[in-house]
Amino acid sequence: MNLATTYMGLALRNPLVASASPLSRTVDGVHRLADAGVGAVVLYSLFEEELDAEAERQSWIADAGSESFAESLSYFPSAAGEEPGPRRYLSLIERASAAVDIPVIASLNGVTPGGWTGYARAMQDAGAVAIELNIYYPPGDPRVPGRQVEQRHVDVLERVKSAVTVPVAVKLNPYFSSTGEMALRLDGAGADALVLFNRFAHLDIDPETLTVTPGLGLSRSAEARLPRTWIALLHRRLRASLAASTGVEGPEDVAKYLLAGADIVMTTSSLLRHGPGHAGVLLDGLHAWMQRRGFADLGELRGKLAVPYGVDEATHERAGYVAAMQTANSTMYGPW
Amino acid sequence: MRATLDGNEAAVTVAYRLNEVCCIFPITPSSPMAELADEWSSRHRTNLWGNIPSVVEMQSEGGAAGALHGALQGGALTTTFTASQGLLLMIPNMYKIAGELTSTVFHVAARSLAAQALSIFGDHADVMAVRQTGFALLASSSVQEAHDLALVAQAATLETRVPFLHFFDGFRTSHELSTIELLNDDDLNALVPEELVHAHRHRALSPEHPFIRGTSQNPDVYFQARETVNPFYAATPGVVQELMSRLGERTGRQYHLVDYSGHPEAERVIVIMGSGSATARATVEHLVARGERVGAVTLRLYRPFPAGALVDALPRSVARIAVLDRTKEPGSIGEPLFLDVLAAIAENGGGSGGSTMPLVVGGRYGLSSKELTPGMVAGVFDELSEDTPRRHLTVGIDDDVSGTSIDYDPSLDIEPPGTFKAVFFGLGSDGTVGANKNTIKILGAEAGLYAQGYFVYDSKKSGSQTVSHLRFGAEPIDAPYLVDKARFVGCHQLGLLERPEVLGRAAHGATLLLNCPYPAEDVWGTLARPIQEQMLEKAIQLYVIDAARIAREAGLGGRVNTVLQICFFAISGVLARDDAIARVRESIEKSYGRRGSRIVEANLRAVDRALEALARVDLPTEATTTRKLTPVVPDDAPEFVRRVTAAMMSGRGDELPVSALPVDGTWPSGTAAYEKRNISDIVAAWDPDLCIQCGNCSFVCPHSVIRSSYYETSRLQGAPDGFESAPLRERGLPQTSYTLQIYAEDCTGCALCVEACPVSAPGEPDRKAINLTDREPIVSAAREHVAFFETLPVAERSRVDFGTVRGTQFLEPLFEFSGACAGCGETPYIKLLSQLFGDRAVIANATGCSSIYGGNLPTTPWTTNADGRGPAWSNSLFEDNAEFGLGLRLASDAQETIARRRLAELRDEIGTELVDAILEARQLTESELQAQRDRVAELVRRLAGIDSPMATDLASVVDHLVRRSVWIVGGDGWAYDIGAGGLDHVLASGRNVNVLVLDTEVYSNTGGQMSKATPLGAVAKFAAAGKTVEKKDLALQAIAYGSVYVARVAMGADPQQTLRAFREAEAYDGPSLVIAYSHCIAHGIDMRDGLGQQYRAVASGCWPLLRYDPMLRATGANPFLLDSPRPRLALTGYTRRELRYSMLESSDPAEAERLGALAQAAVAQRWDTYEEMATRPARRFAADARKEHR
Repeated sequence: MNLATTYMGLALRNPLVASASPLSRTVDGVHRLADAGVGAVVLYSLFEEELDAEAERQSWIADAGSESFAESLSYFPSAAGEEPGPRRYLSLIERASAAVDIPVIASLNGVTPGGWTGYARAMQDAGAVAIELNIYYPPGDPRVPGRQVEQRHVDVLERVKSAVTVPVAVKLNPYFSSTGEMALRLDGAGADALVLFNRFAHLDIDPETLTVTPGLGLSRSAEARLPRTWIALLHRRLRASLAASTGVEGPEDVAKYLLAGADIVMTTSSLLRHGPGHAGVLLDGLHAWMQRRGFADLGELRGKLAVPYGVDEATHERAGYVAAMQTANSTMYGPW
Repeated sequence: MRATLDGNEAAVTVAYRLNEVCCIFPITPSSPMAELADEWSSRHRTNLWGNIPSVVEMQSEGGAAGALHGALQGGALTTTFTASQGLLLMIPNMYKIAGELTSTVFHVAARSLAAQALSIFGDHADVMAVRQTGFALLASSSVQEAHDLALVAQAATLETRVPFLHFFDGFRTSHELSTIELLNDDDLNALVPEELVHAHRHRALSPEHPFIRGTSQNPDVYFQARETVNPFYAATPGVVQELMSRLGERTGRQYHLVDYSGHPEAERVIVIMGSGSATARATVEHLVARGERVGAVTLRLYRPFPAGALVDALPRSVARIAVLDRTKEPGSIGEPLFLDVLAAIAENGGGSGGSTMPLVVGGRYGLSSKELTPGMVAGVFDELSEDTPRRHLTVGIDDDVSGTSIDYDPSLDIEPPGTFKAVFFGLGSDGTVGANKNTIKILGAEAGLYAQGYFVYDSKKSGSQTVSHLRFGAEPIDAPYLVDKARFVGCHQLGLLERPEVLGRAAHGATLLLNCPYPAEDVWGTLARPIQEQMLEKAIQLYVIDAARIAREAGLGGRVNTVLQICFFAISGVLARDDAIARVRESIEKSYGRRGSRIVEANLRAVDRALEALARVDLPTEATTTRKLTPVVPDDAPEFVRRVTAAMMSGRGDELPVSALPVDGTWPSGTAAYEKRNISDIVAAWDPDLCIQCGNCSFVCPHSVIRSSYYETSRLQGAPDGFESAPLRERGLPQTSYTLQIYAEDCTGCALCVEACPVSAPGEPDRKAINLTDREPIVSAAREHVAFFETLPVAERSRVDFGTVRGTQFLEPLFEFSGACAGCGETPYIKLLSQLFGDRAVIANATGCSSIYGGNLPTTPWTTNADGRGPAWSNSLFEDNAEFGLGLRLASDAQETIARRRLAELRDEIGTELVDAILEARQLTESELQAQRDRVAELVRRLAGIDSPMATDLASVVDHLVRRSVWIVGGDGWAYDIGAGGLDHVLASGRNVNVLVLDTEVYSNTGGQMSKATPLGAVAKFAAAGKTVEKKDLALQAIAYGSVYVARVAMGADPQQTLRAFREAEAYDGPSLVIAYSHCIAHGIDMRDGLGQQYRAVASGCWPLLRYDPMLRATGANPFLLDSPRPRLALTGYTRRELRYSMLESSDPAEAERLGALAQAAVAQRWDTYEEMATRPARRFAADARKEHR
């Protein structure tokens, strides 16, 4: 049984990838993930504004209380106020890459143009084999037109692509007016992979404390339908690799994604829920399913249930929707 | 090559290159030398021979001297940096080192010794206290000399084998920034050939060619063996001079052991050592130009005393000599330098070739950085002209007790007109000092320009005033005294303008740059009349700018430094305006580049906006307001406060005569109440409707500005408008109101009260029952409210619930309004101590933050209650604090024993009932204590009527019949390091003392050096790469004795447990140790989150809360109580919010990860140990074997 595959030109031993999460904040964590059997690891995301905020805070705290009292003109060694920068992250890239045999992919969540290119370049210099761009621009301002939001994504990708030579993946969100077209545009702009999908943080309300709380819960299997639908639509229509993300809980979810046409399947929630060792459960399950269904390698099953190439996609989708409604009307919750 | 640096850096940059090992202990003002050495070592800078010196911080200077001695005997080139008390602790080793003819140089920033008081400032008391050890003493009088003579000392010690102590004046030279010429490695190599280093190594202890040292000698040979060193000392002056000459050939700076300058036929001469000699030389030059026949002798080598060179340096014409010493030796005929000069002259035929002895008088000057100005020097020469000059004089003070002081003209100005003089007044941390240091570096880098900077800080740890004295000129600046008649005065905080110094130091026609929030056209009207008058009289050119607003808008928060610095350059004309602006921009890139581009941009933005906003104010011809100056202290303050304290507070302390000061260092309590600092624009405000009256805000307030009271509601009838109150939330007390009073003028705006408040308005989680509000609109009403609040009756102690946080906050705090940092983590514990036990407590306080905010004049925060009782407090030393406290307990016990004996003897005269009641009193509860006080008062009355020596004797010890609470308070620097030996011994003594360790896990007072309390993985000075040894477990060590009550507390996590531990500790009849987690600015946190960090420290398990009570064991119960629940937060949840940990993540992420993992494992391991201890039966703990105790 051969689970080997490729993802944006990188050779992976299997299609299961640990996506960006707190588990990959330390070398130790990356080690555990690799030991658990994943095919690659995406490091936790480097947030540009976090770095900026940290630099500012550190500078302010290092100066606090200084030059006030003759016996303690400073409270820290002089390096204290220095901008921490991405040193911690770059060191992690270096050490993690050296510590495991599987590809270690860096993840970048930038804000400014200079931030995107500068950090991407630094990541490449530190030895990242690929970079995943976590382009997170929830269009909170209702006056910003959709086209502008989309263009921003393309601009970032192009800028980074011009700054680095390693493969660049784009982690997308699903809320574009025409997600498929967005995918094609990014593909055309040079994306080596698309990760479908990112999840926005959604705010929750606590009626007891009357406060708004940021919510970023772990995903559930049902949420996989959306990315699966798009993967099925985009399979073989792009040059870029397709990575599935969201709602991977058990081996069947991995299988579904692969059947829909994903090159690789990413998970974070299940590993956080059950521990890194859960990767083994997923891989063993995938293995067993392939054996049951008689697939010898991934090539035999990938995209088997994708939207066939050459079909009118719109009609296909609409037809699927109508059929789904009909089934629901007749089978679920009784007749109306 | 030129550079602008201070004396400390000038010395250590040479010392570092010429040594292999540095054994140190930090002490002001020498700490920067050690810190720089440590920093360079951690950055792998090499010494002259390509090796990286190793820098080791020891537990005390005694330890440093021992380690240094060992390193020298082991063959390494070793040095240390110290001062004052630290130097004293090195004395025993200094004798050994000299006796063994070992080459080393100690670099000392000479500082006063603690006598009637401690002082961090400069004089020669410390170096004089070691003049008999056999060390050679070499004195530098300037920053340039501190650099050059550091090399000479090192070369000389290797050549002569005599150890050297190289010193320069603490602060005046050590912290003065000056433009100097640097010595390069070739210069160092030329004077310190490697052969000498090899010879030093060859003399070391080695099993390859073994011998023994440190023998014990007997009457037969000790004397002779002592005399063997004479040839070495005889040769030393010659060697030193030769080296000075060689240095002079290389650099053009020619020094001599003794230098004379002045009239070739001077009749009057001053002999002096240290920075004062520069003033003396410059004044002599001025006087000689006016035709006076005077001269100055500068002594550089003090030991071995260069008698011949001194005598040769004196002109034959000299008839009168004043030898000025910067120290005092009470009981001696004269001070050391005076006696040496007198002996030298007497031995050398009474004068160069002459037959008559000149008149030699001794004088004292400059103790504790008291200024020595040209006027004072001229005054000494005038005194020498008198028919009968004083034989022993003082200069610079008014000695109206012993009449030693001489008159002088304070206005004598000898500075070259080309010197640009500027003074800047700022508040600590507003960036003023940093900007000025920057300005000096910019200007000092100009070819042909010399710069000098000297900075004066006041006694508070936050909100303190800073004064920067800057000079620039085309000649090297030789003026080691404060700037007067400044051409430019910067007043960077409007609130400082009324201090006499601000306009006082301005020259006529000076430019004043004022940072104030008013538009230019309104500024004049806001000034007090005396200020207006002074400005007009001095024809001040006034410029204003709202620097705070500009800084804020540019994104710089409260840091106004860049804004004001560019304004200085724009209007001072020191450099051409455009040139200056370009340089400031350049220096912004350089200084802030490493802090990130956002910060650089913010500063550059500030530069542009500042130039736009700077405005000139044309003064009218007359004063226009009637507003008077704000009085420094109220008119009804006690006499001492009005006369002495107020003068000190307003910066006129120098004017106080000797008679004004206490003879024995005793100072009155409770004077901080008269200093209304008003340092925060935002202060706490109480919402009576939301408040649940839990007392938590008051409990955590570091400055005792939140007080609660309950009283009969009818009292409110006399209350001023706006006085807040609410019905008391307590059953059984009808018609009772409650007030939480904020002392707004004393509030520092730290917001700990807001963080501690558990309630918030429904729907508005950020609005609590106590919030911060603008001070300005409420402050005058607040004054009236406080005055009324203080008329309300104080809660009766026997009716207060000592068992609850809420109850205890009705007790008067007897520690208030200290100069501690805003948000300090230590002071709330001290305040609690004062509330619970202050009315019968004696406190021994170690040197450290608590002794500084506890006793740094002018004001004293320890105070008295309504009955006039309060804590009696003393700071003895650093290393002896536990022992000092034990002594207080021994004295109390001894006198109590006397009292009890006398009572028994006088039973019939006094009355059996009263005597028995006193002798048998239990004195555990407050009512019992009060009853005993009443009895003792009655006893005193009856004794007055009994005429007998026994009664008089008893009357002298009656105080001890009220159960005294002896407290030993200090930080972790004392408890874990320098005082650990003493603390251990006191804990093992079994005596009834209570130890409170305020554990900030670092040496906070001296700027964040590591202690043995610093945790694994934290960064501190001397642990820049992260501490790799776990924090010492002081609690476990104490528990092992079995007779010590031990507690670990953290008020931010569990104030109730803190309260319980304090009470149990005090009640326990034996040694008690309470270790209190104290968040600190040195942790690198937002101080507002201090309590939050305390909570996280406990929640992560890294600071377990526990109590060990031997009384429980005595009853058969497990004495070890683990008071905090199992860890429920990852250690990183606590550490990542602190710069002391996150710094390492930035500088060495791999190491941070490694240490972080080890630290997390250590937390778990320690927790397991404690949990196991909490389940043990009593018999598995040591028993308390003391026979008699309650």
